[in-house]
Amino acid sequence: MNCSPVITFIEEEQRMTFVPSAKWDQYLTMIDPYNWGAWGVFLAIAISVLGASWGIFLTGTSLVGGAVKHPRIKSKNLISVLFCEALAIYGIILAIILQNKLAAPLHPASYPEPQDFKAGYGFFAAGAIVGFSNLAAGYCVGALGGTIALADAQNPALFVKCFVMEIFGEAIGLMGVIVSIILSTSMSYAQ
Amino acid sequence: MTSFVANHGYLDGLLRGYRSGLLTAADYANLTQCETVDDMKVHLMNTDYANVFQDLPSPLTTQSIAEACTRKMVEDFQSLRQPALEPLAKFLDYITYGYMIDNIVLILSETLHERGTENPAGDTQALLDRCHPLGLFEGITALCVAQTPAELYHLVLVNSPLAKYFLATLSMENLDEMHVEVIRNLLYKEYLKDFFRFCQQLGEPTSESMGDILKFEADRRSINITVNSWRMQALSKPWGHQSIQLTRFRASHLLGVCPVQPTRPDRRLPPPSLPQDDRQRIYPTFGELWPEGTSKLQDAVDMDGLRAAVDSVEAYRDVLQQQNENPDKTIEDCFFEKEVQNCLLAFESHYSYGAFYAYFRLKEQETRNIVWIAECIAQNKRDRINHFTPTI
Repeated sequence: MNCSPVITFIEEEQRMTFVPSAKWDQYLTMIDPYNWGAWGVFLAIAISVLGASWGIFLTGTSLVGGAVKHPRIKSKNLISVLFCEALAIYGIILAIILQNKLAAPLHPASYPEPQDFKAGYGFFAAGAIVGFSNLAAGYCVGALGGTIALADAQNPALFVKCFVMEIFGEAIGLMGVIVSIILSTSMSYAQ
Repeated sequence: MTSFVANHGYLDGLLRGYRSGLLTAADYANLTQCETVDDMKVHLMNTDYANVFQDLPSPLTTQSIAEACTRKMVEDFQSLRQPALEPLAKFLDYITYGYMIDNIVLILSETLHERGTENPAGDTQALLDRCHPLGLFEGITALCVAQTPAELYHLVLVNSPLAKYFLATLSMENLDEMHVEVIRNLLYKEYLKDFFRFCQQLGEPTSESMGDILKFEADRRSINITVNSWRMQALSKPWGHQSIQLTRFRASHLLGVCPVQPTRPDRRLPPPSLPQDDRQRIYPTFGELWPEGTSKLQDAVDMDGLRAAVDSVEAYRDVLQQQNENPDKTIEDCFFEKEVQNCLLAFESHYSYGAFYAYFRLKEQETRNIVWIAECIAQNKRDRINHFTPTI
């Protein structure tokens, strides 16, 4: 039989690997559950910070420009910047919660158990949820915050009314945080 | 949208701040109550104009007021232009091209028509002072030296941003014989077309808001060219020694033209005549009226012909209607009103470069208003003091 080099290579690999029966449908289970947890921490903080910084950037540039002619708007509209900053803090909170769960397994012999997989996927999901919901919220609050700063400069009466919109934008991030906290506290690696 | 705020958010905020510094109805009411021109300074010191009027020596003239207002506008422009990123920087540059055309035409008409007379060096400076500061560019001083328009092109303009407009419109052979107003309008035609194309490239919402403004500008020029060409024909008589400005929207309105009295007589210029074929050539080639309306405009010989030509466009029909109802107003005044409305509309759309253009048009209109009020006070013609177009 004429074997192609690729097949030869795979056969060789299989002989060498420590789980000879590995197939593609088992791919996910080959990944260490702790890896999933670590990725959860990464997503929680990294994507949240991305959202927060983008929001501050969008708000900040407009706010600074508007404040040149109307300096009174600067202190009030700092709330928009704080709102964006809060999104980064949500990310930090979740990252801390998740990393507390990443203690080394007590029984290495029986590792990984099904519970470990559940926890690993759960933590990954929790991190992704909080990261991307904060990214969306950061964009929303940032774009709104900049526009509200300009509206406030033109007409001070608009600030409080428009600010309600920003609170709802922030609520998007908050929803992600609540779901993530519930998710991550309801499970843990096998101890 | 995101990149607009990220790149131009600061300037957009700044611009909207400037916009709220435009004179309000109350400011105009105060200004029109003034007894003397110096009283106007007191009121203007309470507005955004404070810093430019601070140092003005006390007996104010209309001229010095106009210069101060222009200086303020230039300051605003520079503070927006300096930190601007592309494509806003290019967009703002496009705004200055219009002033450049006016300056070139001003210098052309002053130097070329004085070819016989001596031109001392002091004159050059005086001439440059009359140019709009936004339209100054490197090498503009050399313009005064040029003896013929062709020479002018080869010496100076070939390096200026206007070179492509010159190339597109004018063949150098007959440049010498052409009247400066025709040159101005040909350049403007190319400039508007180029600006329009550039704005279309910028995409929504700039293409929409700027498209409307520039189409209006093009149509207004077409109509003005038509109306002015009748006036020219009427003046092409031995006693007609007034040079009629085809357009007085730009720098010319500030310096050469006083709003209350008729245009300053300029004996050097023979009254130009503008044949009908020429008219078609200088009509801008885009806008609501082009091509059907402009071909009708070409044949129009009186107001009825004009009305028939613009009848298909509601906005211009309204303008002419309005002018018909108020004989006090000129067509130009009605167009100014319409322009102010358009410019204010441009501020309603966010994430658009149109607001930058609109601000400077509004500022220009405001300068005209202040000069008009000052002129009316100086000449004691209070009954006409309210005949301006407020920018609100």
